[in-house]
Amino acid sequence: MSPMFEYAPAPESRAVVDIAPSYGLFVDGEFREAAGGRSFKTLSPSTEEVLAEVAHAGAEDVDAAVAAARRAFASWSALPGSERAKYLFRIARIIQERSRELAVLETLDNGKPIRETRDADLPLVAAHFFYHAGWADKLAHAGYGPDPRPLGVAAQVIPWNFPLLMLAWKVAPALACGNTVVLKPAETTPLSALFFADVCRQAGLPGGVVNILTGDGSTGAALVAHEGVDKVAFTGSTAVGKQIARTVAGTRKKLTLELGGKGANIVFDDAPIDQAVEGIVNGIYFNQGQVCCAGSRLLVQESVQDELLEALRRRLSTLRVGDPLDKNTDVGAINSAEQLARITELADSGEAEGAERWSPACELPERGFWFAPTVFTNVTQAHRIAREEIFGPVLSVLSFRTPDEAVAKANNSQYGLSAGVWTEKGSRILAMANRLRAGVVWANTFNKFDPTSPFGGYRESGFGREGGRHGLEAYLDV
Amino acid sequence: MSEQSGNPGGAARTRLGVLKTYKLFVGGKFPRSESGRVYEVTDTRGNWLANAPLASRKDARDAVVAARKAFGGWSGATAYNRGQILYRIAEMLEGRREQFTAEVAAAEGLSKAKAAARVDAAVDRWVWYAGWSDKIAQVAGGANPVAGPYFNLSTPEPTGVVAVLAPQESSLLGLVSVLAPVIVSGNTAVVVASERAPLPALSLAEVLATSDLPGGVVNVLSGRTAEIAAPLAAHQDVNAIDLAGADADLAKELETAAADNLKRVLRPADGGSAASDWSTDPGVKRMLAFVETKTVWHPVGV
Repeated sequence: MSPMFEYAPAPESRAVVDIAPSYGLFVDGEFREAAGGRSFKTLSPSTEEVLAEVAHAGAEDVDAAVAAARRAFASWSALPGSERAKYLFRIARIIQERSRELAVLETLDNGKPIRETRDADLPLVAAHFFYHAGWADKLAHAGYGPDPRPLGVAAQVIPWNFPLLMLAWKVAPALACGNTVVLKPAETTPLSALFFADVCRQAGLPGGVVNILTGDGSTGAALVAHEGVDKVAFTGSTAVGKQIARTVAGTRKKLTLELGGKGANIVFDDAPIDQAVEGIVNGIYFNQGQVCCAGSRLLVQESVQDELLEALRRRLSTLRVGDPLDKNTDVGAINSAEQLARITELADSGEAEGAERWSPACELPERGFWFAPTVFTNVTQAHRIAREEIFGPVLSVLSFRTPDEAVAKANNSQYGLSAGVWTEKGSRILAMANRLRAGVVWANTFNKFDPTSPFGGYRESGFGREGGRHGLEAYLDV
Repeated sequence: MSEQSGNPGGAARTRLGVLKTYKLFVGGKFPRSESGRVYEVTDTRGNWLANAPLASRKDARDAVVAARKAFGGWSGATAYNRGQILYRIAEMLEGRREQFTAEVAAAEGLSKAKAAARVDAAVDRWVWYAGWSDKIAQVAGGANPVAGPYFNLSTPEPTGVVAVLAPQESSLLGLVSVLAPVIVSGNTAVVVASERAPLPALSLAEVLATSDLPGGVVNVLSGRTAEIAAPLAAHQDVNAIDLAGADADLAKELETAAADNLKRVLRPADGGSAASDWSTDPGVKRMLAFVETKTVWHPVGV
């Protein structure tokens, strides 16, 4: 389909953010070099430009950060909840004030469109701190007993798909409940966490309450294995989640895991097709599909399959893929060369196994890591692209005839994080929701998030919930 | 050469202060009483502080109209939005600590340090309630496991327009402690300020007016509590009344009048508001007094 009109470039200004050439580790309220003197570079995935060099934390740095968090724990946990609340409210407000700067930074380091960082990530980050600030002095009302106690030092390892939002999901409840944290951001997206350290400084947060260690998988492994840690929270792949579960086996460490998914988006024949198409697009192409709860499997009722797929292809032809800083961009860059290779390999397997591949005509930039929005039809449940998490803008379409068949196919997965149901019939939504083995079920919508709403998975999508009243349990000794 | 600039080391002329005209706060505006009446407000030693509006029955009815008009928007705002606005009130109040410390000290006969502590507690009380906006439904509501194929969910909703008789003794902390729990859940309020010490309440209206709080959500009247409360208690478009600032006799009279349209009534503490310690943990009682529980049923089945 040829575009009806051309878009003029509408780039967001980079001038709003000032990235330093290099960053240290944030330990005990101060930035310092890694003890081993190692560092690594972080790239802009849309241009492969080096954005900054950041310190690579080793075992000695993990020791120092855990010790700082331990020292800070005594006074932080002894503060009245109302005072902890005020620190978190300050952080929420400063994030609101600096949200454009942080949105541009996140887009540069992650490759996701500015429209998403500006309108989704950053508002949710601020809201998450604001919500949990309010819990800090209300824990006695949360249903965990009259005086629930914090756990101690929390080791938190987060992924690169929503760097600052995942930080907020980890740090806000931990601090509200009276814990101190050592957080390791993902190797490819360390910058917003380091800027968050500056937010903590502006908020006057006592040193050692939040410590940030940049590094790679080995840094994270050392952190979760450290004896001084009382709590481990991880968001990332199921494979690494299992490794962590083995690491903490037999220790006192409380564990929560938010892992992979292969969400089924189920469209019944009575669904409003145009709304469903928007939901499908949002479900799998939001954040380039690099979303653990993505609706990566479309289950469509056979009688409307052709109509739906035609509408979907038409809609995908209007998606704008390109410069993440352009305010009109819908789909940005894949976060890293490594992730691009994984998506490419899985998509190729789809073709090799006999599924039919389709992408809209779109010109991809020459530099950077890019993958066109892709739809596979004629997919069977045995295909790898129907079973494995691709974590990219790739949709696998399967069909069903009856609600029972839809439930059986949706639940035929090692994962159980999210599901979507599209139908005009309310009782059917609720019946489907009852039978779907997934931690979040969206009905006639998809990929909705709110700090008041618990999020987390069944089965190998992990355990524990983040957000809402339920999420507090992960950071309390209950 | 003028005296001020030409003679810095000499006897400076004492500057005459500019006095504030205290006004009511109704529908986001600052009117005088429609009756044209004022009354003299003094400090605890009897020194004149200001003339406050002596609100009439008509002012009370106007305030109810304003509160009702604001109810749709305020109750329809997201809990997150309401929470941020309550927090904004705390920010604005914090910025005027000096002014309120002086007003509370004069109103309640407190030392500056004690008055400052009350103001700080009032700021912190706004923060406490700001955090409740998006949690009260999670604590007071929930899914009900009915014995049948039904989805069943109970949620607290604001009751509507609430008349609030502010405590007589605690002019700011007491006032905030009764006002914030009313509006945090989405109610709108008509507040009758402490009769003897209304000035902190009238100044608080200036804070509310600059905190993104929509006009009419809070309306503040000063005057004779008994005179203003009677039409509010009997008003058919008022849904609830908080009697914190009424003595036992007045409370009984108002509760009787309130029965006419079955207003929700929150009685004053035993021994009246003088016996209330507003510095303690407020709990959830005052919020729950002014919400209705709504339960929704929906069948489950393919």
